[in-house]
Amino acid sequence: MDTSKITTPINEKVIKNLNPGDKVEITGTFYIARDQAHKKLIELIKKGKKLPFPLEGQIIYYCGPTPARKGEIIGSAGPTTSKRMDPFTEILLEHGLKGTIGKGTRSKEVTNAIKKHKAVYFVTYGGAGAYLRQFITKNELVAYPELGPEAIRKITVKDFPAYVGIV
Amino acid sequence: MRTINTEQITNEVSRLWQDANFYLDKDIINVIKKKLQKEKDPRVKDALSIILNNAELARKERRPICQDTGIPIVFLEIGQDVMIKGGDLTDAVNRGIRQGTGKGSLRPSVVNCPFDRKNTNDNTPAVIHTEIVKGDKLKISVMAKGAGSENCSQTKMLLPTDGEREIEKFVLESIKLASSNPCPPIIVGLGIGGTLEKAVYLSKKALLAPLNKINPDKKIRALEENIIKKINKLKIGPNGFGGGTTVLALRIEKFPCHIASLPVAINISCHVHRHKEVIL
Repeated sequence: MDTSKITTPINEKVIKNLNPGDKVEITGTFYIARDQAHKKLIELIKKGKKLPFPLEGQIIYYCGPTPARKGEIIGSAGPTTSKRMDPFTEILLEHGLKGTIGKGTRSKEVTNAIKKHKAVYFVTYGGAGAYLRQFITKNELVAYPELGPEAIRKITVKDFPAYVGIV
Repeated sequence: MRTINTEQITNEVSRLWQDANFYLDKDIINVIKKKLQKEKDPRVKDALSIILNNAELARKERRPICQDTGIPIVFLEIGQDVMIKGGDLTDAVNRGIRQGTGKGSLRPSVVNCPFDRKNTNDNTPAVIHTEIVKGDKLKISVMAKGAGSENCSQTKMLLPTDGEREIEKFVLESIKLASSNPCPPIIVGLGIGGTLEKAVYLSKKALLAPLNKINPDKKIRALEENIIKKINKLKIGPNGFGGGTTVLALRIEKFPCHIASLPVAINISCHVHRHKEVIL
């Protein structure tokens, strides 16, 4: 299977060359965020406050990893169901977010918003957290440690495998 | 009367809770291997290969197969000739879940209250179902249930004049709606009859049966096989990549019901279908 390599941050030029179904390997950084973190990010945007990380050209990975064991970078770290983040996605795209990674379907509204903002939605292997953790080389806490597995994290990835879902 | 100590129950729950999360059952691995040989699309083959690769890594490294290590559901079949000593049974089960979560570095995925949503940090309290049965044994089944598939489950009160066709229609509509969200290939538990809560309980219990178990009721077996065929024709497939592998198994559990009712519950499990049992 043909695989194209992508490096973050991503821009419209990179996204223009992607087609649904393409396999990609992504190198760079992802921000891990899911349900409660999204709720908090949107609250900050609505209040006009600064976000804990820059959205411009970035990719959010919908994930809640298992705790890292002693001496390890991260635990199992596969994708969670993306559609739960649908209510929050368009506003993040409006503020510069370029990509999301998860599993499953997106709503019509989010599909349209992804196209409108020239962004991309990737799907990666659902239920394969033990496999996907191997592509993560660094893991840093960014915000909301009180959320435990739902905290925002910045992870560094090398050749992280995914497929283009919506573009 | 036979005595079982709660300490033994705690130890077994801790072990089963971890094992369920680390070791994917051989019957699932074998079915996926067979499906992999039949599929032609490179993306579908890739997705199925990664499922096998992932299960092998988890087994070797004793780590969670999936980062959603699930909400613990503990089924206790308590023989009526068993006496449980050494303290509260519910506490004993929850201690086991707490210990297993820590020892196995499982993800804390349970919040204290549906409104406050504060993580309990140890996956307690478990959802516990008890049944009193004949004999002097205690059967413990621990299921680690991921939310991605649980969220796609459905229940409906059909009309008593509805039949197999309407049941089938409801199941197919639900699976279509679930699409690739519950991490196909899935396992489906159907609870038919009883009351609202009985049907839901049966749909969950249906997921506990071994994958290769054949329904002894011929008529029900035919219905199961028919629905399996139709689901696989929906071409959802692993990760939503299409192909003929959307459901690996479908089980029906039934119970008598009211003249005016036909409750149907659908409980979906992802391919990381995790449950372990022990008989004490």
